[in-house]
Amino acid sequence: MIVVIDYNVGNVKSVCNAFRHIGCETELSRDPARIAQATGLVLPGVAAFGYAMEALGDAAEPVKEAAAAGKPVLGICVGHQLLFDESTEYGPHQGLGLIQGQVVPVPPEQTVPHMGWNLVELPEEMDLFAGMGPAKHFYFAHSYYAQVTDGQAKTALVDYGTPLTASVQKGSIYGVQFHPEKSSNQGLQVLKNFHALCRR
Amino acid sequence: MLTKRIIPCLDVKDNRVVKGVNFLNLRDAGDPVELGARYSETGADELVFLDITATIRSRKTIVDMVKRVAENVFIPFTVGGGVQTVEQIDELLRSGAEKVSVNTAAVENPKLIAEAAKRFGNQCLVLAIDARRASSGMRPATDDPRMTHDAQHTTARWRVCVKAGSEPTDVDVVEWARRGEELGAGEILLTSMDADGTLAGYDNALNKAVSDAVNIPVIASGGAGTLDHLYDAVVVGGADAVLMASITHFGNYTITQMKEYLRDRGLPMNL
Repeated sequence: MIVVIDYNVGNVKSVCNAFRHIGCETELSRDPARIAQATGLVLPGVAAFGYAMEALGDAAEPVKEAAAAGKPVLGICVGHQLLFDESTEYGPHQGLGLIQGQVVPVPPEQTVPHMGWNLVELPEEMDLFAGMGPAKHFYFAHSYYAQVTDGQAKTALVDYGTPLTASVQKGSIYGVQFHPEKSSNQGLQVLKNFHALCRR
Repeated sequence: MLTKRIIPCLDVKDNRVVKGVNFLNLRDAGDPVELGARYSETGADELVFLDITATIRSRKTIVDMVKRVAENVFIPFTVGGGVQTVEQIDELLRSGAEKVSVNTAAVENPKLIAEAAKRFGNQCLVLAIDARRASSGMRPATDDPRMTHDAQHTTARWRVCVKAGSEPTDVDVVEWARRGEELGAGEILLTSMDADGTLAGYDNALNKAVSDAVNIPVIASGGAGTLDHLYDAVVVGGADAVLMASITHFGNYTITQMKEYLRDRGLPMNL
């Protein structure tokens, strides 16, 4: 069973709805025991970084332990940003530190938030995009993005005047800045691929 | 680069899509959930659901509909029609809507925009403006044939209409759009009451006047009849997205046909 981490805020249900649509039942929970038993974890996107870290609270440690044990973890939007060391959104905040990097504002030369459909180049070696071809459009809605400094991480980029990190992978830790649950068939395919990784 | 968006609009009354829909292979063409899911699967970038009854009694119905839509539609969708309070916006967002549009209530109480934007974020809040051309007899200011006949005036003024477009106010559309942005609206859904339902093209003078005045995205609405019209709304009118009902509901053009046409004319599209 994939566990979607329950932050008790925001619309985490849309992620569960999308998984159900592809035939994958998920459990919404923040219970350390359930997290330990899960085949995979999803950190959905909610609110601002600091608020999300606080809402994660005592669920942070079990998530880190699961990631260290090699369990597939998928962060979405702010959940993706939480995977990194720190963010500057509303003052400095520590993240989970699973992947080295900083979360910084989208450059103000472009309209912020970066909201809408944009084209992501899909590197072949990233598991989430297996069989999806060289590039696909995904739905974005964010004002901050992750600058990845981790030498072991692979990244996919999106061009918004400047290249922004659209996705990251380090071992079995995955992050997507876009919303796969709102990105039509190609978004559902990303969730299917994650589901497959959880069954390995 | 962000793509230009194609947004089908579904008018909903008593949990049924009105204006009629002519899609092949739909079990129930009047069901907003089934129709929304079909659009989601066939390439629409977003959807707008408008509750055109918008009575107190219809609120519960629309919330239930939003929940069912969220279980079956995997693209962003906006819900609007009769939204009056921050609490109603909260309920619709929690039920699964990506954005909520406000119209009459925002004109009557502009603070609604500021309060909602602060609480939920600008990206959740769409300011819907129904615009009607204020006066006639103004001189043509352009020979651009792509401007519709009605739209050949840069001196034109538009008035904000409220109560489903039925009641004109003294509020100037361009000023209201600007103010809406200042208050925290994340997007403008701009409907020309003059062009709506004519299938004769969007009012691109209106679209241009508003898109030049604000930095947030403008969705052109009202008048789409051909593929050219969509292109002109973006290129002449400066719109970031085009909304339509009849030309897609009646099956004149599929979403893919629209996107391929616009892509072939050089616009960035999600295809």
